Amino acid sequence: MFESVFGPFIQYGFMQRAVIGSLLLSVSCAPVGVFLMLRRMSLTGDAMSHAILPGAALGFLLFGLDIIPMTIGGLIVGLVVAMGAGAVSRFTIQKEDASMAAFYLISLALGVLLVSWRGSSVDLMHVLFGSVLALNNAALTLIVIISLSTILALSVFWRALVAECLDPLFLRSVSRIGAPVHFLFLTLVVLNLVGGFQALGTLLSVGLMMLPAAAARFWTNQVPPMCFIAIAIAAASSLAGLLLSYHASLPSGPAIILSAGAIYILSTVAGRRGVLRNAFSSRRHKTA
Amino acid sequence: MSELCLEFENLTLGYSGHPAVHHLSGSVACGGLTAVVGANGSGKSTLMKGIAGILKPLGGRCKARYRRLAYLPQQSEVDRSFPARVIDLVSLGFWQRHGLLGRPTAADREELATVLETVGLTGFEKRPLDSLSGGQFQRALFARAMLQNADLILLDEPFNAVDTRTMKDLVALIKQWGAEDRAVLCVLHDHSLVREHFPQTMLLAREVIAWGPTKEALTAENLLRARQFQEAWDEKAPWCEPGPPKADGGISADIEKVRAHV
Repeated sequence: MFESVFGPFIQYGFMQRAVIGSLLLSVSCAPVGVFLMLRRMSLTGDAMSHAILPGAALGFLLFGLDIIPMTIGGLIVGLVVAMGAGAVSRFTIQKEDASMAAFYLISLALGVLLVSWRGSSVDLMHVLFGSVLALNNAALTLIVIISLSTILALSVFWRALVAECLDPLFLRSVSRIGAPVHFLFLTLVVLNLVGGFQALGTLLSVGLMMLPAAAARFWTNQVPPMCFIAIAIAAASSLAGLLLSYHASLPSGPAIILSAGAIYILSTVAGRRGVLRNAFSSRRHKTA
Repeated sequence: MSELCLEFENLTLGYSGHPAVHHLSGSVACGGLTAVVGANGSGKSTLMKGIAGILKPLGGRCKARYRRLAYLPQQSEVDRSFPARVIDLVSLGFWQRHGLLGRPTAADREELATVLETVGLTGFEKRPLDSLSGGQFQRALFARAMLQNADLILLDEPFNAVDTRTMKDLVALIKQWGAEDRAVLCVLHDHSLVREHFPQTMLLAREVIAWGPTKEALTAENLLRARQFQEAWDEKAPWCEPGPPKADGGISADIEKVRAHV
């Protein structure tokens, strides 16, 4: 038992890097996901993960399978899409879901065009699905930087993020920080997706963000514990997914996300605020 | 008392080029209660948004001199499903004092308990927001406004969904604010309440019908005139050309806040 759980991580360097990378991603992606969910922007992460494709593809086409250009490309395109969609929703009557859909579709189409123009479907698969087992030192350093700056930004702007979710109109009446914080938050979303795409691929990196957050909602009704529970769920899914991938020779990205998916299903059913609790809650009640 | 808290200079506020508040001029003194009365669509909420700086003027200016502003909108945009407790919502009132990073002190916690007691929400501290009734929620918003310690307070129909007992408590609170030399502008529909508690009244029907001591403003004749205004937009209405030339040519048509040093 001990051997099959810890053995792979002790024996193999690539497994060690994989576990460090995915645990770090868990710590920074999960709280970002919690705020995305609380702002009813759960699908924004998915849209953004499609939106960074042309940037990553351009980096890939120009410099080959090198993490730095792909990341910078993805980051730039992701920020352009996030800022564009955010600006349209802030300054026009259009809501952010519609503007985000418009911007990410334009970006996705560009990305597919770029990949098909010069590249094969194998290359596309690599960009889309990544591999945590192939994390090199550059990628790992990038993940460390991204997760540290995410945690720092979240703790500094925590109160503003909560206020902007809870009562945006109030925040506007007492402070001008609302708009900058919104854009900072979108930047964090893009950063974390970009950080995750070498490990999990552009499409699956959003899974480590949203699934633990959505699962954590079934366990608590307060924001700080929700973030910690989401981090724990993300970390557990990363470990379980890596082990599954190692022992059953499965691709690592889907294994990690499916583990998170299993925890999500479990939480919807058995969570403190889940289906079972609702259905079988006691009908006893207090006098006041 | 005699200092001016708000000055409107030919202020026009509106949407898509149609005025909701038309050429408003006048001033509000620091300290004291003013009721804002008028029919639906007469520009009351629009004026509140304009003063709070949420809506940019179409023309003219609104000069606001205050240290802190508290604004209670008609429909608060609070996300009631957000996983927060009553104290989380009320504590937002410390924002102007602590900003982004300041930590609440022991004195703050005491003050928090005091305001919750004042609005009758003692024991509700840890209740989730989605378990509050409409009136309890409104009281929580009042508690937050108290914590803001503002010298200009804008209340937009604060007694919606509030029962008589709570309304009496809240009116007492508003009167106390007035006595503490805070300027309170309160949008109301209940004329008897206005006559009883508010010394000043602004009667709006897109334009000011009457503005002054409540007795003189809320006369039968004025109320009749206020009822007769045309609520719907007239798509074919001609552009309103400035009759008297504006002082600054209308270029700096913007909210101007002159913040006093604290």
